[in-house]
This record gives sequence, structure tokens and C-alpha cells, in this order.
Amino acid sequence: MSSIIKKIFVNNTERIVDAEPQMRLLDVLRARLGLTGTKEGCGEGECGACSVLLNDAAVDSCLVLWGQLADGDRLVTVEGLGSAAHLSPLQECFVNKGGVQCGFCTPGMLIAAQALLIKNPSPTRNEISQAIAGNLCRCTGYAKIVDAIEECAARRKGKKR
Amino acid sequence: MAEVGRSIPRADAGEKVTGAAAYVDDIQMPGMWHGAIVRSDIPRGRVISIELDPAFDWNRVAVAGAEDIPGKNCVAMIREDLPLIVEKEIRHAGEALLLVAAPTRELARAAVRAVRVESEALRPVLTIDEAKAAKTKIFAKDNVIHRCDIKKGDVEAALRRAEIVVEGSYETGPQEHIYIETQGMIAEWKEGGALSVVGSLQCPYYVSHALSVLMGVPEERISVRQSVVGGAFGGKEDYPSILAGYCAVLSRKCGHPVKIVYDRDEDIRVTTKRHPSRVTHRTGMKRDGTLVAMDISFELDAGAYVTLTPVVLSRGAIHCAGPYRCPNVRVRARAFATNTPPNGAFRGFGAPQAFFPLEVHMDRVAEAARLSPLQFRRKNCLKKGDTTATGQKLTESVAALRVLEEAAKRSKFDKRAKESARPCGNIKRGIGMALFMHGAGFTGSGEAKLKGKASLRLEQEGRIAILTACTEMGQGAHTVLRQIAADQLGVDADIVTLPTPDTAYVPDSGPTVASRTTMIMGVVLGKCAARIKEELFRFAAKEFGTKRDKLSFSGRYLVDGRKRIAEAGELIKAYVFKKGVHVVTDEYEMPPGLRWDDKTYRGDAYPTYSWGCDVAEVEVDMDTLEVRVRKMWLAQDMGRAINPVLAAGQIEGGTLQAHGWATMERVAMDAGLVKSDRLQTYIIPTAIDAPEMETIIIEEPYSLGPMGAKGLGELPMDGGAPAIANAIYSATGLRMCSLPITPEKLYEEWKKKEGE
Amino acid sequence: MSFEYHKPPTLGEAMGLLVMYKGKFAALAGGTDLIVQRRTAARELSGVVDLSSIEELRGIALMPQAVEIGTMETHAAIAANDAVRKHLPALAEACLTIGGAQIQNRGTIGGNVMNASPAGDTLPVLLAHGAEFLIKNLEGERWVPADKFFTGYRKTAVEEGELLARIRIPKSDSKERAAYYKIGQRSAQAISKVSMCVRARIRHGGIEWIKIALGSVGPVPVRASGTEALLKGQVLSEGLLGRARESLADEIAPIDDMRSTAQYRKFAAGGLIVRFLRSVRKTSSNHP
Repeated sequence: MSSIIKKIFVNNTERIVDAEPQMRLLDVLRARLGLTGTKEGCGEGECGACSVLLNDAAVDSCLVLWGQLADGDRLVTVEGLGSAAHLSPLQECFVNKGGVQCGFCTPGMLIAAQALLIKNPSPTRNEISQAIAGNLCRCTGYAKIVDAIEECAARRKGKKR
Repeated sequence: MAEVGRSIPRADAGEKVTGAAAYVDDIQMPGMWHGAIVRSDIPRGRVISIELDPAFDWNRVAVAGAEDIPGKNCVAMIREDLPLIVEKEIRHAGEALLLVAAPTRELARAAVRAVRVESEALRPVLTIDEAKAAKTKIFAKDNVIHRCDIKKGDVEAALRRAEIVVEGSYETGPQEHIYIETQGMIAEWKEGGALSVVGSLQCPYYVSHALSVLMGVPEERISVRQSVVGGAFGGKEDYPSILAGYCAVLSRKCGHPVKIVYDRDEDIRVTTKRHPSRVTHRTGMKRDGTLVAMDISFELDAGAYVTLTPVVLSRGAIHCAGPYRCPNVRVRARAFATNTPPNGAFRGFGAPQAFFPLEVHMDRVAEAARLSPLQFRRKNCLKKGDTTATGQKLTESVAALRVLEEAAKRSKFDKRAKESARPCGNIKRGIGMALFMHGAGFTGSGEAKLKGKASLRLEQEGRIAILTACTEMGQGAHTVLRQIAADQLGVDADIVTLPTPDTAYVPDSGPTVASRTTMIMGVVLGKCAARIKEELFRFAAKEFGTKRDKLSFSGRYLVDGRKRIAEAGELIKAYVFKKGVHVVTDEYEMPPGLRWDDKTYRGDAYPTYSWGCDVAEVEVDMDTLEVRVRKMWLAQDMGRAINPVLAAGQIEGGTLQAHGWATMERVAMDAGLVKSDRLQTYIIPTAIDAPEMETIIIEEPYSLGPMGAKGLGELPMDGGAPAIANAIYSATGLRMCSLPITPEKLYEEWKKKEGE
Repeated sequence: MSFEYHKPPTLGEAMGLLVMYKGKFAALAGGTDLIVQRRTAARELSGVVDLSSIEELRGIALMPQAVEIGTMETHAAIAANDAVRKHLPALAEACLTIGGAQIQNRGTIGGNVMNASPAGDTLPVLLAHGAEFLIKNLEGERWVPADKFFTGYRKTAVEEGELLARIRIPKSDSKERAAYYKIGQRSAQAISKVSMCVRARIRHGGIEWIKIALGSVGPVPVRASGTEALLKGQVLSEGLLGRARESLADEIAPIDDMRSTAQYRKFAAGGLIVRFLRSVRKTSSNHP
């Protein structure tokens, strides 16, 4: 089948992207757009390493086909959360609280956390755990990841006052 | 300010949180092809024919068989018994029969599907029982891959005299690592017949050695480096040598760099697992609960080839009698060959299989002596001056009692134990503990043989680089070593760098395993630091016209007594400019006075041990027998916490892996084939499953460790499972002796008990 | 053979394609089941008909007696919807147990129903509430009640070329008690070993009526009608809990599989009904 061109926003930048409709969004990001921050851990929506924001909602990009996207859809990947020169508060909290060990689950975790904090700026620890229940980590035991997200929420709250 | 003891952020965290970190599948090379493997689908047999479907266009791909291996068709590890590609007999399901490479992953996989293999099945040996019965012999005369025996005193006589004897049998199954990044490797042949390999691995020199034997190329012409590694836990200790072999052979055949990155299902089916175990205990004690005899049988299922089994068996056997004082000990350890994928290293390396049975059994023993789990352990745990099962006298850094008391205090163990099993509605609570230790470094003479090396190199940019083959896989080794070296030099941590381990320019430090990196590398770096400081200060004395004796580093500066003379970075730049790059290399020497006999298995098994005590509180829903581990208290001693946040990270992560092994992880095998080959069917804990964890860092320094540090990476894996099992007993009265402890198994046990 | 991807804007066009390519094309809802099945080659497909552009399949409408949900509504949207939370709390709960947030943001109730896995999380809820399913085809449409909808293992009353368009779920009685329970191999992201939706009206310490539906204990979701009859009209005593447990265990015929055993499923199903009855007994003693 011939490819489909869509005009979408990737990390706030409008992109015109051409891909086969049955191509996984994960592969469009990694192979077509060179955004290799989003990872494949299982290919079947169990590990969450491939999570991206699609119109502010966290989704497993290994389970989204290119054809399913619509013009105007907004994608955010880990690359869009911050840069080496300017880490976002969420990224900084992950760095400072020990929320990163091998780092392979980290992009997906950050996306899931970002989706949570957009909807719920003051989550309880239990709500944080619920929000990242679809992101598997094998290194940290999750404790410091929850700490990092909690700290980020507290920082944002502190700033507002 | 000292760097050791501070929780400095890891240097690689920045690239990991921005998605910039380059894992192997993120690496592209011009003209790179992709490899795929044609595998056996029977556990034992002989290949009759391999046919390439003529309908497929084989000109678009490259195919490689055993005949394309220029060196020896084996992946060298402890022994050279594992063929890269099957030539004679298929020994396990998933063994490679043929290799394929193509310009795209899809095409390579399509090629694999176009290969028809005809094989003749032979009767396989699939369990420890079948191996023992030896009706079918697949290894030597008795299917025993390795045996090891530990004897202290006279256990038979002591058991006869003992006032109380308690017996128990325990069983654990295989465990899969589920590193979130699957295994992957890229091999590229360069001009002049040089081979360059990059991938997700723990031990670059293991891989370069294996490739040297396989490809018939001297190791000097092979460079192996790690990409950013997305978790390993031992699963990337030996298996990467096999994967690198596939890539190297294919790359040579097709003339392109070749990458192989496993999909999750293939990874689960064919890579190494934790050795399944069967352990029996016969324990004798006095009426007052003093241990007098421990008779232990320790059996492992090795799978089809030797791989690392002798060392796993060895460590398991040595840890069988655990942290207890006992004058009469016998451990009979055997590892059996079966026609299943070879088992290998997994955090703990035999020790978790020793401690689950031991610590559950000790609770049983305590009960027989009418002592609480805490009282029993307090009474019998090793103290300074005691000797272990191998006759090692513990002269320092013994924290058994300390971790025990601390964990008991923080968890209010006695109080909770009194309240346990009192139903609150349909929920029963229980509390359980486990006391354990982990020997740091290689067993016995291992480190003496390895002579692990590290270097410090003065860099043009004004910094000092640590050159080590020890890899960063998330555990924080590269951060911790920089902190140690920084303090040994007297400089700030950001003056110390650690370039990516690549066998082209780092010395052979030995593998990144056995909880050895911090301790062994730390000691070697100390020697390098002393020598490189000497060299720099001698240079500085000449340059600045001062006396050498009062020169030292302080943070960013070179100081003479208290006076700042120059910036350390500028001094180093000046040195390199004038004298060229300077490298100091040193190697590990065993502490003097340690004795170990490989034949009798007696002596100082490890230079030192790290100690731990886990307490777990569980809630059991008696209506459904669902278990929730509510909280765990983890008192763990590593001598010195070089980086407390990273240390806590190891404790928490390892504990959750132990929790998964205890409650939900099960490799489902059917006739030698792995059936649970997806994350949907091999279940690991999510954030919701994780118990609340209270991490209690205990520091009982080891005088010969860097800043007092011992090992930590594996210790947390050793105690979680028995602590949870003991808590479940406390809540329900159900003594669970096999893992995982699922509600289904609890139900069977409960029915049995009700029936009695 | 190349893979075909179609995204028709109307239901009629979608059905036309499915009729034309009977057996070769699949209807694509959220993709969280279909894409996994395609990957594990559980399904051989030549193409998909993506339903996400069809407006008619969307919407959650509060009607006088029922809530009507378009089949393309996601689990996340359903769980967050005010009408659902108020009138069908058990459905909201069930939706929140499906996978994790990422799956809930894409997976649809239509997909969950049409996949018709014995472990489908919304299925017991729909059965216990007496839901009705609107099936459309090129000739017309028909409503099928829940107890006739699931016809066999992974089979529904929807035929080739037809599409499930809407689900109508009668609102919970304002005085009823309802619960959804799921037992998995872990606390989140799990395929259920046993799941249950139970609704009851309790009056004066007795069960006026009770409806119990279970998942993962047979090829299709089942109503435990025997146990329902046993409990109807009975006073909530400790003895009744034990009898309910036994009756339920006898009534269902689960199997052994990779996730669990038949014996445990019987035991756990019994445990879940006891859990429910105990919880309503406790609170009903505070209310008439």
C-alpha cells in the first residue's frame, strides 16, 4: 500500500511525515524521524518503554499505527520534554532523586509522569503508582521514580505560591 | 569536600532523561545489515537436512553455517563445549542451526521462515530427577556437570547426638532477567582484518576472548565496547559472547556490519536463566536452639552446556549454611545437565537459591526450638571471631547481628509478630524475616587468577580518566568509581572521567559481576592514584620550584601545605603538553594471609562479606489467598555507602526482583520449550505491586576495601524471597517451600492442611 | 502481498469494505488487541478497516433508563465520564483495571467486547447489567441482549460484514450495591484469572435481588443464575455466605491454563462473592 502523508506536531514543531499506514508509530518516530529516545521493550504494549504523548494522553507507540493518526495530532516524545542544556523540572527531579539507573524505561516513565501531572498536578503517591502502572522498571524497584514525580509536583506547587 | 558518601547525581543521567543515550538499537552504521537465527524447535536430536525454500530469493541475503566459522565452532567460556552453530547434536530448543543476514530486519526474518529443517528427535532429559536417574545420559556418565562438597566437623555424628532434628525440602524454578532492553550486538570488520563489536554487555573481555577463539583472530585485533546498557543483572555476562559470535560470522560472510537485537519473545526463549534448584536441609540442634549440625543437599539444573554453572554451584554451596555458627556442616552440591537452554548468571548467582531454603528452614528450626525467628537468629548468627562452613575465621566487618537488630527494631518485629494472624475482617497480617550475607569478589583464588587491572590516564583536557573494563549497566559503577578515585586523588569528582569501556584501550579488569567492581576496582585505583599523584607532584615540584613533600590536591587545586599553587586541571594539561599522555596501570592482589583450597573447598572463600536482614510484612486476603507485600524493611551493610542514593537504588531494585521471584515470576516450560515468552505471560512486578520499602544502610567497614566498601550489587537479591515466605507463614500458618508462592499454590497447601 | 489500510468516514462504507473483503480484513478499533495479535501472528490479515473516523460510533449519552456508549469510546473516556461514574460505577471501575493508563487511552469498549476474550474486563459488567448491543449491517440493525451476545469462545452474535455500533446499559438502581472485582497475576496490567461483577438490592438485611456475572471461568462470561436464585430473598447471615461460596464454586466450570487452575478459580470466585456479601452486610446493618 502506498504511504500516507500527514501533517502533525512533533514536540511542538509542525512536521510533514510520510509513512506506510501500517507502520508502527514507534518505528515512524525512531526510523523516519530519527527520534530514538522512545524505546522498544516488548512490542506489545506491556512494558510502556515506547510511551509517547498523543494529544496529551500517554499511549504505547508500539500499538499505534501510522494510519490511525489524524492531521493536527500532537505528539510529544522524551526529546520534547527538555534538552541537555535545559532539563525540565521533571527531568531534573529524576536525575536528582535517583530515579534513573539503566535509563531504558526512563523516557516512557517521564511521558507517563508528564501525562499525569498535566491532568493532576498534586497526585498522591498511590495516584503516581497508578499512572506509571503501565511502565515496567527492572532496576529501581519504582521507589525513587515515585519520589522523583512527587518531588516534581511539590516543586511546581511551591512555584505557584 | 569528600566525594565518597555524597549522593552526587550520576553523569549519565542527563543523556538518559533526554533520550540521547545511545543503546545498541539506537546505533546505525552505514550499510548495516540485520541478522536472524534459524533455531531448533526440539530439545534434543540430530539435524537430518536444512533446505532453503527455492521460492525465496536467496541472492538478497547472506546465509552462514558452521563451515563459515574460521576458528573453532565454540563460544569459549569456562569450558569450550558450547557450539555457536549446531554441528552434531541438538542439545536444547532454540539452538542455532543456521544464520541469516539481510539489509532489513523484515527480510532477515522472512529468510528464516523460508528455511525448512528436518530433524530426528532423541529422548531428552528435562528435569533434575530425570538427570539423576541417568536412564538417558547427555553429559558424562551421570549427567553431572559439576560437583562440590563442603565438610566441616562430623555432621552425621552430630545429627545422631542432636536433641532436635528438623528436615525440609525446597524448590525454585528458573527466573528470567527481563532487562527492559533486550540483548543486542553489532559487529563490523574493519580494514586489516580487525573486528569491532559494540553491544549491550557486561564483560567486554569475555566477548573479545570468545570471538578470538571463534574467528581465529588474535585479541589485539578485536575491540569490544559497551553501548549504553539497559539493564543486565547477569543476563548479559556470558550470553553476549554468543550473540557477538552470530554477528561476527554473519558480518564476515556478507561484508557489512551486522546488527542483531532480539525481540522480547526470542530473548526470553533462548537466553540464560537463573538455575532452578532443589535443596534439602537436615538440621540438628540442642534443645535450647543452638545449632549443632547442618546437612545440606544443593542441586541445580544447569541446562544443556557448562557455561558458568561450576561457579554458580560453588557460590551457592558456600552460602548454603549462611550467616550461622555451626560446628558441623556438610554441603553436597551437584549441578545436572538437562536439555534445556543453558542457565547462567543472575544477580545472586546461586546465593538466592541457597538462602530461600535456608531462611525458611531456619524459621522451621526456630519453631521446633520454641524460639521466635528473631531469638533464634540472634542466638546463632555469626560474630567476629567465628568460623564459617568452609572454616574461614571472620576477623572483621561482620554485621550479622547489627543488621538483624536494626531491621527488627525498625520493623517492630516482635510487636508485629504478636499481632500477626489475628484476622482483621478477612485479611490476615504476617511478618517474616531473613538473615543473609554475600561474599564480595570471586570465590577463593578467583581474584588472584584474574589479577583485575585498572588504569588512570592523564588527559589533554586537564582531567584524569579511569580506564576500566567494568561496565555501567545502571547500577552506578561508573559514578561510584569516579567518587572513589576522586577522593584517592584528593580532587573534585568532575575532574575524574570514565570513558566508555572498550577493549581497544582499557585493561582487563575482569568481568562486571560477583559484586566485585566497587571493591576490587576501588583498591586497584587506589594504587594507581598513589603512583599518578607521585608522578604529578614530582613534575609540579620542578615546574613551580617547590618541595615535593607538602604537595597535594585539594578539590580543584594543587596545594603546597595550605597554599593554592595552581588549578589541578591546568597542572594536568601542562604535564600532558610537556611530557605526553601518561598512564598508570595496576592490578589487584589478594590480601595477604588469605588461604583457599580448591580441592577440599576449605579456607577463606571470600575476602569479606556484606550482610543483610530483610523483614517483610504481608497481608493475605483469606477469601482469595491473594498476598500483598505491604512493606519491607531492608537493613543492608556494604561496608561504606559510596553514594547513598545509588546504594539505596540497588537495595530497592534487587529487593523487588526478589519479590517478583517469590510471588509471581514463573518460566513455564513444556517439553523443553519455554512457553511464557512474552511480558504478558512472564509476569514481573509493576509499581502497584511494589511494597513500601524502608531502606536502612548499615556501614560495617572492611579495612581492605576502598574507604571501607565491600560489595552490594547482589546482596539485595538474597533475602527478599524467604522474608516474604516467612511472613506468609506467620499470617496463614502455611509453610511454602517452593517458588513462586502463588495463590494457587497457597490454596493447594491450605486444602492439604484443612484435610489433616 | 501488500497490506491495505482503509479509514472510511461512514459506517456504511466500513461495512461495505468488511463485506467485500470478508475474512481478510479486520475492523480496527483502538488496536490494543488487534495489533498484538497481528504481531504474534495469531491473526493473518490482508488489511484493516480503521473505524476511528466514524462519528456515529462515538459518544456517551445519558438516556432516561440507560447509558448508551458508542463502541469507539475509550476505556479512559468511559471511566472519566460523569454519567458512567454516577449510574454505572462498576463499569468505570472495570475500565480502570484494563492494562495501564496507556492501554486505557487507546483501547475501546467495542474492541474489548468484539475481541470477546473470556477474560475481557468489561464483559461481566455488561452481562450483570443486562446490556444490549446494537449490531448494524448493510440491510439494517438489531439489538441483541448480553445473554445472547457472546456465543462461544471468542465468538459473538456479530456476523461477517456487520459492525457493533452501540452498547446500551440500563442504569444502576440508585439503591443497589454494585462491585467489580478482578484477580490477576499481579495488581495492574494483568489478564484476569477470575473477574466478577455483582449487583444487589439489599432491603432490611435481606437480598431483594442479586445478579452475579463472572469472567475467565468459561469460554464466555457467565451469569451464576443458580447462586443468584439461592440468594434471592435470603437474609444476610454468616451461614448464607458459606452456602453462596459453595454454590458458586459448584456452578462454574473453569479450566487450568497458564495463568491459574480450575480449582483455584472456583475457590477465588467463591471468595469474591463472600467479599461482596460481607461488605453489603456490614453497611446494610447501618442502613435500612
